[in-house]
Amino acid sequence: MYAQLVKSDGLKSREEMSPEERAFQDRVDNGEKIEPKEWMPEGYRKTLIRQIGQHAHSEIVGQLPEGNWITRAPTLERKAILLAKVQDEAGHGLYLYSAAETLGVSRDELQEKLHSGKMKYSSIFNYPTLNWADIGAVGWLVDGAAIMNQVPLQRTSYGPYSRAMIRICKEESFHQRQGYAIMMKMASGTPEQKEMAQDALNRFWYPSLMMFGPSDKDSVHSAQSMAWKIKMNTNDELRQKFVNETVPQAEYLGLNVPDDKLAWNEDKQGYDFSEPDWNEFFEVIKGNGPCNRERLNARVKAWDEGAWFRDGLNAYAEKAADRRKAAPVAAE
Amino acid sequence: MAAETIPPGAGVKDPFIGDDTLRPAFFEWLCRMGDNALILGHRTSEWCGHGPVLEEDIALANTALDLIGHTQMWLGLAGEVEGKGRSADDLAYLRDAMKFRNVLLVELPKGDMAVTIMREFLFDACHHLLLSWLADNAKSPRVAEIAAKALKEVSYHLDRASDIVVRLGDGTAESHDRMQAALDLLWPYAGELFAGDEVDSALQDAGIAPDLTTLRDNWDERVRDILDEATLKIPDTGGYTHLGGKQGRHTEHLGFLLAEMQFLQRAYPGASW
Ligand SMILES: [Fe+2]
Ligand SMILES: [Fe+2]
Ligand SMILES: [Fe+2]
Repeated sequence: MYAQLVKSDGLKSREEMSPEERAFQDRVDNGEKIEPKEWMPEGYRKTLIRQIGQHAHSEIVGQLPEGNWITRAPTLERKAILLAKVQDEAGHGLYLYSAAETLGVSRDELQEKLHSGKMKYSSIFNYPTLNWADIGAVGWLVDGAAIMNQVPLQRTSYGPYSRAMIRICKEESFHQRQGYAIMMKMASGTPEQKEMAQDALNRFWYPSLMMFGPSDKDSVHSAQSMAWKIKMNTNDELRQKFVNETVPQAEYLGLNVPDDKLAWNEDKQGYDFSEPDWNEFFEVIKGNGPCNRERLNARVKAWDEGAWFRDGLNAYAEKAADRRKAAPVAAE
Repeated sequence: MAAETIPPGAGVKDPFIGDDTLRPAFFEWLCRMGDNALILGHRTSEWCGHGPVLEEDIALANTALDLIGHTQMWLGLAGEVEGKGRSADDLAYLRDAMKFRNVLLVELPKGDMAVTIMREFLFDACHHLLLSWLADNAKSPRVAEIAAKALKEVSYHLDRASDIVVRLGDGTAESHDRMQAALDLLWPYAGELFAGDEVDSALQDAGIAPDLTTLRDNWDERVRDILDEATLKIPDTGGYTHLGGKQGRHTEHLGFLLAEMQFLQRAYPGASW
């Protein structure tokens, strides 16, 4: 989702576990929350850092495609809503980096790994926003897909992550409704607006399906994560759920989902649909998506050009601390 | 354009709305208030996703958001006072540069963070004094009400900007030099905030707006205190001030800003968004 292809070790059987690991697994199975100071397997900690870090990076990089339209938003109200949304995403990044910090990794370390390409963010943010309806489509589909994954994660085993998800999900569903409201306006607007709305759906449909990660049969890292309850559903389950919920919404808008094979399947009580092009997905993950370079460069540039600013604030804080130490204690 | 949310105080009886004599000056003055917020909000929003640190990114987006909110209130009232049925959006998106009434200071490119923060500080220090006066004294209840709402947010912006000016001014050699360069660049534009014309006099005479000379004295004192603490020097410009924005004579930068901001409204006239 916002975390795709998170590497973890293979699943350990109960017999292979140490007594500590077994006790830990029992707590997870009982639905207990694991808190930062408590014992946890090293693999659990590392997998969580990768997953939460990737999620945090996605929130931050995710500001860029939408930020692309802030200065061109068509009304003052739309501009305000979009600004507030992008600000929320930065806030999500902040909570998630804080959750990751409880596992012993600093925000700076994680960001350094993003900037050097050692850590990834969701593939979806490597697609461009080309017309105003894309801002609607991103809210509707991208925040919508994020919600599919994050609502179950509110029950994840790691306490700080679970609490971050509870906070974040409230805002994400707000974003999704606002995105859908833009789509409603566009789809019921002038012929040009309707064309923009259809174009946005055409371009964002398959990349949104990719957000859930590769098919279960190719997804090697799921079993251990699911046993630890840091992944709650399989990729295919979530993708199916997303399609089932989204297709009627597209119909309500009067837009066509760009899939000839899309059909209701009475037996499975869900839609049959075409898989996205997984070659494209792996190319995007490798760095060959339409906007990978721009997105990463924008983040690196912001960070590098902000160095003097951060250094200035730190230098002042040090001087102020020295002055406090040097100052005679107030007359007693 | 689309119906907007009802501006604050819309039900309140305001003797100045519908006053034909005051109308042209009152409309001009409200456009100045709204356009300053709109253009500064726009420039501030350009940072979104590109800030030097996450907390700062969030704070800048929040500031921009507040300023767009103030724009909706001021330009909404401007449209009402004008009485030609123009909404805040009509005024923001369908006027050309020569009809904009913001001071030149706010339309200059965002520059580096030093320029952005120094500009916010110089502007907010004035804006805060102006809004405080308006909230307490403006004889137009609608103006007083908008000012009171905006003042809460602007107090916070000013505190934040002042704090950063001090920290960066007295931070590293580089942060000091950048802040000094920003001050040197912006100082000759600050005077326009206090350069009164017949619009300001008409509003002052009506008891809606304050005397700009007193405002300037208070501003000077406040700004000098902070700049002193920041170890920054006010440049000697021989008293020269760039003027013209309040009357619609702008820098080359505003046209590009508007071309970007107004693109959708101009390309698809009459569409609802
Ligand atoms: Fe988010
Ligand atoms: Fe969101
Ligand atoms: Fe605010």
